[in-house]
Amino acid sequence: MTQVTSIKYGNNLSTYNGPGFQLTSLDKAIGLARKNSLWPLPFATSCCGIEFMATMAATYDLARFGSERLSFSPRQADLLIVAGTISKKLGPVLKQVYIQMAEPKWVLSVGACASSGGIFDTYSVLQGIDEIIPVDVYVPGCPPRPEQILDGFMRIQDLVAHESLRRRNSEHYKQLLAKYDIE
Amino acid sequence: MAILENNTVLEKLKEKFGAYIISSEEQYGMLSVTADSAFNIDILKFLWEDKDLEFRFLTDICGIHYPNSPQPFGVIYHLHSFKYNVRLRLKCFITEEQSISTATMIYASANWMERETYDFFGIIFSGHPNLKRILNMDELTVFPMRKQYPLEDPNRVDKKDYYFGR
Amino acid sequence: MQQDTQLTEGIDKDLIVGEPEVEYTTLNLGPTHPATHGIFQNILKMDGEKIISSEQTVGYIHRAFEKIAEHRPFYQITTLTDRLNYCSSPINNMGWHMTVEKLLNIEIPKRVQYMRVVIMELARIADHIICNSVLGVDTGALTGFLYVFQEREKIYDIFEQICGARLTTNIGRVGGFEREWPEKAFQLTEKFIKEFPKVWKEFEGLLARNRIFMDRTIGVGAISAERALSYGFTGPNLRAAGVDYDVRVMTSYSSYEDFTFDIPVGENGDTYDRFMVLNGEIWESLKIIRQALDKIKQEPQGVYRADAPNVVLPPKEEVYNNMEALIYHFKIVMGEVDAPVGEVYHAVEGGNGELGFYLVSDGGRTPYRLHFRRPCFIYYQAYPEMISGSLLSDAVVTLSSLNVIAGELDA
Repeated sequence: MTQVTSIKYGNNLSTYNGPGFQLTSLDKAIGLARKNSLWPLPFATSCCGIEFMATMAATYDLARFGSERLSFSPRQADLLIVAGTISKKLGPVLKQVYIQMAEPKWVLSVGACASSGGIFDTYSVLQGIDEIIPVDVYVPGCPPRPEQILDGFMRIQDLVAHESLRRRNSEHYKQLLAKYDIE
Repeated sequence: MAILENNTVLEKLKEKFGAYIISSEEQYGMLSVTADSAFNIDILKFLWEDKDLEFRFLTDICGIHYPNSPQPFGVIYHLHSFKYNVRLRLKCFITEEQSISTATMIYASANWMERETYDFFGIIFSGHPNLKRILNMDELTVFPMRKQYPLEDPNRVDKKDYYFGR
Repeated sequence: MQQDTQLTEGIDKDLIVGEPEVEYTTLNLGPTHPATHGIFQNILKMDGEKIISSEQTVGYIHRAFEKIAEHRPFYQITTLTDRLNYCSSPINNMGWHMTVEKLLNIEIPKRVQYMRVVIMELARIADHIICNSVLGVDTGALTGFLYVFQEREKIYDIFEQICGARLTTNIGRVGGFEREWPEKAFQLTEKFIKEFPKVWKEFEGLLARNRIFMDRTIGVGAISAERALSYGFTGPNLRAAGVDYDVRVMTSYSSYEDFTFDIPVGENGDTYDRFMVLNGEIWESLKIIRQALDKIKQEPQGVYRADAPNVVLPPKEEVYNNMEALIYHFKIVMGEVDAPVGEVYHAVEGGNGELGFYLVSDGGRTPYRLHFRRPCFIYYQAYPEMISGSLLSDAVVTLSSLNVIAGELDA
């Protein structure tokens, strides 16, 4: 006699389960799996990079969110964490790294310099990486505390969990990429 | 270790180079000598070789721009004598069309420091092995540290000067 | 003839003809590479695994500090100096404050100088922790990094008590500190210097006499003292090559002459010597902090700033009641300081070497020209010479032992 129980998870992921089976919808299951296994690519340029290193270290462990393995190769990464100032000289490099990443991919912009140029309103600094690549979550701060970076990471996890499986092929997403001149 | 006074350094320089030392002053304990820019390498070599001076460490090279002066661009060398623990500042001024000899023959560290000065001010160092831009983008057509150029990028579209009080 | 057929039978004679053709590979190391600890590019020309020559591109985080500094009043430039060598930003801050104090001829009380020494040595320890643990990571020893980064959190706690920030501290003001240190800051510092030696001994024991580490780092990336001096090396890299030049001793600042400490010096200038010199410096810094804390207790308590009303903000009670204090407060906040016309060069011993500030003032509220003598920028030039002829993995280890901080490289 199977017992039917209704369990509410954090995302209102109500399911039926019993011995040997669990019933849910596919995108919720995939969202749950994806959000807890994001492999970040730390594009750490300056001071925010050191705070990112502190986030990776033991006190504010990022690994407990599933990001145990930092991938420095864009092909194997899910999340591009841009931490630090991006200058105009580095812009094309960043864009190339973003293009090399495979779908689905998300971008977390850590720090004031990556979000908007920060305190460096100069001729050589790109005033925000959203001039060249689409960004999902911005973390303000100069540099942001590790707790803030973790909060930004958790917002990315929310986005990942609730993303529709069809989003990357949709017209809307294609137009977004076209705005940045990325096919 | 004998004590080397700033006056002694100045006297030795004046004795050797006489008219090519244009002026000198001592500020906050450091002697600062302005010399004719055609003789910068001779002076640096003399300071390196002389047994009583031995300025064998190049601390810094930087540039400076005085737009209203007849010789607007200056190259400023900071030297340090470890043996006598004395620092010296040597300044050479040139016009926009002139160039100044490179110090890379004497000090290997002058290589990048002169590239940086060229990148910022456009001062040409004749004889430099690889004089091209180092810190700015290669596509930049101006020399940004000159006084006539603004700090902000004039082509940016999102920051309106009106809101920033400019 | 008999021998010939025996040895060479079965071998295709056409293969063993002439000299093998050597083709060089070009390998692009960077700009975004996990091993470079910063954004700079090295294009290596390699013969198999051996490096023949390399070409460097820097400037990927050029933020135009020197141009910005021409548009900011003196106290706002402190936030720029934070971001030079961001692993030890208090040292940069203090160096800048001392430069401005030299320009304005401000006399700093002894207690403030000793407090500055404590901050600077804590920052130096933080910087050397990063360099040595990351050198361990590059040779494969990941555990040390995780253990000693905990200690950096303790140093951050001390900085937070004093100035509120962890990394880019903007600590102190021209003329001293903005407020008296809370009692907790002193307690945390005492606790730190009591507990840190044990942790650092553990880390040292992991790597210093480790056979694998020694094999990977001895003789790697060596530079002789003459070449190092010609390349303008300063700091631990020069001391590893055998020259005992330390700005704290040669041109003492902030009462360093009152302290007794040794300067560790290496012999060959290779990676192992740099590692050991940095280790030795951490022990010396702990000694200095101990002496400084004792000396602070002997000075009259409560003194945390110089008596210079034109740069130091007056206490708030006086601002609301006293006319001169109100005027000074207004002038200082607006950035109007009576700076003399002149130029000053002041150097401090940063985490990497001699960090110099060349300040040309024309009497206005912002400098006319400010130039940072950045040690990383100057000694990184020598990198191609240090790695030519070595293997690729040696190049990676050399780079991380040099402690190149990208923020200081590009400014």
